[in-house]
Amino acid sequence: MSSTSNTPTHHTSTIGAIGAPSRRNTELALLVFAVVIPVFAYANVGLAIDGSVPAGLLGYGLGLGLLAGIAHLVVRKFAAYADPLLLPLATLLNGLGLVVIWRLDQSKLLQSLRGFSPAAPRQLLYTAFGIALFAAVLFFLKDHRVLQRYTYISMFGALILLILPLIPGLGANLYGAKIWIRIPGLGSLQPGEFAKIVLAVFFAGYLMVKRDALALASRRFMGLYLPRGRDLGPILVVWAISILILVFETDLGTSLLFFGMFVIMLYVATERTSWIVFGLLMSAVGAVGVASFEPHIQTRVRAWLDPMREYQLSRQVTHDGILHSDQLQQSLWAFGSGGTLGTGWGQGHSDLIKFAANSDFVLATFGEELGLAGIMAILLVYGLIVERGVRTALAARDPFGKLLAVGLSGAFALQVFVVAGGVMGLIPLTGMTMPFLASGGSSVLANWALIAILIRISDTARRPAPAPAANPDAEMTQVVRPS
Amino acid sequence: MNKPLRRIAIFCGLLVLALLIRDNYLQYLRADQLSSDKDNRRVTIERYANPRGDIIVDGNPITGSVESKSGDFRYKRTYKDGAMWAPVTGYSSQAFGANQLESIEDGILTGNDDRLFFRKTLDMITGKDQQGGNVVTTLNAAAQKAAYNGLKSQGGKGAVVALEPSTGKILALASYPSYDPSAFAGNTDKDSKAWNKILKKNDPSDPALNRALRETYPPGSTFKVVTAAAALENGLYKSADEKTDSPLPYIMKGTTTELKNEGNIPCKDADMREALRVSCNTVFGKIGADLGNEKMLDEAKKFGFDAEQFTPVRSSASVFSDDMNPSQTALSSIGQYNTAATPLQMAMVASAVANDGKLMKPYMVDELQSSNLDPVAKTDPEELSRPLSPQNAQILQSMMETVVKSGTGQKAQIGDGVVVGGKTGTAQHGVANSANPYAWFISYAKLSDNSSPVAVAVVVEDENANRDDISGGGLAAPIAKNVMEAVINSKK
Repeated sequence: MSSTSNTPTHHTSTIGAIGAPSRRNTELALLVFAVVIPVFAYANVGLAIDGSVPAGLLGYGLGLGLLAGIAHLVVRKFAAYADPLLLPLATLLNGLGLVVIWRLDQSKLLQSLRGFSPAAPRQLLYTAFGIALFAAVLFFLKDHRVLQRYTYISMFGALILLILPLIPGLGANLYGAKIWIRIPGLGSLQPGEFAKIVLAVFFAGYLMVKRDALALASRRFMGLYLPRGRDLGPILVVWAISILILVFETDLGTSLLFFGMFVIMLYVATERTSWIVFGLLMSAVGAVGVASFEPHIQTRVRAWLDPMREYQLSRQVTHDGILHSDQLQQSLWAFGSGGTLGTGWGQGHSDLIKFAANSDFVLATFGEELGLAGIMAILLVYGLIVERGVRTALAARDPFGKLLAVGLSGAFALQVFVVAGGVMGLIPLTGMTMPFLASGGSSVLANWALIAILIRISDTARRPAPAPAANPDAEMTQVVRPS
Repeated sequence: MNKPLRRIAIFCGLLVLALLIRDNYLQYLRADQLSSDKDNRRVTIERYANPRGDIIVDGNPITGSVESKSGDFRYKRTYKDGAMWAPVTGYSSQAFGANQLESIEDGILTGNDDRLFFRKTLDMITGKDQQGGNVVTTLNAAAQKAAYNGLKSQGGKGAVVALEPSTGKILALASYPSYDPSAFAGNTDKDSKAWNKILKKNDPSDPALNRALRETYPPGSTFKVVTAAAALENGLYKSADEKTDSPLPYIMKGTTTELKNEGNIPCKDADMREALRVSCNTVFGKIGADLGNEKMLDEAKKFGFDAEQFTPVRSSASVFSDDMNPSQTALSSIGQYNTAATPLQMAMVASAVANDGKLMKPYMVDELQSSNLDPVAKTDPEELSRPLSPQNAQILQSMMETVVKSGTGQKAQIGDGVVVGGKTGTAQHGVANSANPYAWFISYAKLSDNSSPVAVAVVVEDENANRDDISGGGLAAPIAKNVMEAVINSKK
């Protein structure tokens, strides 16, 4: 906070300028593009596959436009000074995701797979729910600082969400990772996606209170501030939980995501680089340690090191008891075959990835059909969302808001990195999905909620006359470290 | 709090940067390698996305393409008279790849060849689907039919090769039993079954083997033509009618083994014309031994032995050994011991003799065409070697013509002013010659203007036939005659 007030030149940036224009019309203009681009993409897919504009084009365009319009009106009404980029960027990704999911629904190869059902209508429904949740968050959460009250409830909530997949009868072990729960009649859900947000609330609330103790009480050793033994407690607990996730849910991605998010927030809260060093060491030790005895992780690492061998093994009858998958190699081929400009919408063969082509591996379809150019654009869109999130954190006036915003943005960035890096063979594959692009209800709902919270924080930050904190808790914490 | 926030922003930027770099590596640096990886199914999908060009014989396509209803491979190869043409076309199967012409000229047939680049680019700009070019062969449909039906009607395994002596054009290339490449052109279980059926382990008659190019047989007495050529070229005997120094019985040099003739034939000191007419083992065995391994090998090599031929479909190398002692050389010179020849090789021998001693490189692709029939490449006849001087070639011709006129090859006579020269062969094989011998016949036809339109080699291996029935003159010569007639008639 101090640096913000010391360097007023930064106030010329979009967020944080006192008395800045609301930028709602900018948002609306951008939203038009965010709706029109996917509509063109949708028409393109239809033309490429059937030679005609798809019959659902009007309905689809109207649907997406309507949802975007509602979201915009809600923002206009309840968060008038929110960041103008977040909503259009998320809408664009969500719309493109819908197109690709619909495009993969048209694949004869995927249709011939067991258990196939069209995912696009479902995804459109989830998107509607996602926008509804987005609106609800903005409507009910008038001030993000209210969330501070629920710090410890959030902790329990997050723990419960994380444990749910392990409960017999409720949890479902799908393809090696136990990160789903199955609700009869509703389908499967990934509680981890929601836990991400709830945990961020907990970390932000907790660190805001403890940051001074964690930051100031330390010894200096070899240029690093070593925390006191008793202050190590929280990070050890989070680390232990991450390791437990890794061991029991065999999900490297979720584990990495939570621990990474915590380290980022800890670093921001304490301004102590030593936490980063500790965090990296601990995650390295944890990951290597677990990988040494967990066969599922070992398989993932092997597949990452030599996807071609894994592909060949998947085509033979092997007796090593390991499920060999050709997915990664198929994904790499999809990317490679796309080349610089891609094959064009609907003209690739990314359906060869078969299972999870429209969820975990959805980026491969973009890679093949839109090429290097398309993927770079999409990665930059993600990068922009993260950048707007971090900027929101910079502009936020309260430490809780700062921590929450950076936690959510950091988690979002890590998730994008872990998933995209996984399907591109940069790091071992994990069982997570690309936010907004991938088919999956939990992911869409959770990420719309995440965007809503960021929008709420940015609105509070940019609002010309910040409303005085309504609750005494917030007042007290501000006394601890006046800004 | 803002300093670490900025650092986190940089960190997130680095994450995105890492992804961007990785993506550039994948989609730019490694794109070509990944997209053309043979295991990448897109390569095969692409290959079958458009109808293949055709292989053409006498102006008519012997292949076709049909759109398949299922799967991700759109077009499937079809063949007309697939079994008859299989030794020429090879196969192109969605499931099992391609071989022979289908494989060698794949670039032209799919339209991917660099020589079609301009056409391809034009199609791409005008939005047309890529079209494959055609492969125009040198084959003669009538001759091929005569060859295949001849083999089929005698029922055993065998092969026929017919060449145009003056150019080296392959006119017929038949192998029996054969397979229909249409049966497994697709990608279904039915195709797999058809494929499995022709594998050697499931069918001992090995229908997939291209006997005309890829199987070597002991050439037996047909090799005596090479031995006679060696005798003339090396000046051992100057003419066909010069008496040879040939004892009977003939005990091979350095051994106590007698080299025997088939039956009681007049071989003692017989001239070469007579020795070839009745097929004297003693005379030609001794010529080989007298000339020695080295000179025989030289002559055999000039005829194409010990080298693979690329027509462009590869043929196996025929064998004439080096490092043999005189008795082994004697046996080799009558087409036994280690000597082995492909039917193509023996057709080349007949063709070189017919072409006045000049051996032309055998080829079966006359022209490559783009999809709109513009020529892309044309094969020019090419001289491979000169195993005989023109004078000696004419001497050998008159000897071979005697064989057909009054010797073992009488069944190949055509008449009508067509002069035929030939040589029969009955090659023994198996342990202690226990297996049924191979029946050989090599010949050429000469028209009244002294030009030779066709030389042919026929080999028939029939394990079920009565041993006595097998002789080159009886089984193989009629097939050769029909093939030659077919070529002559098609030229009229």
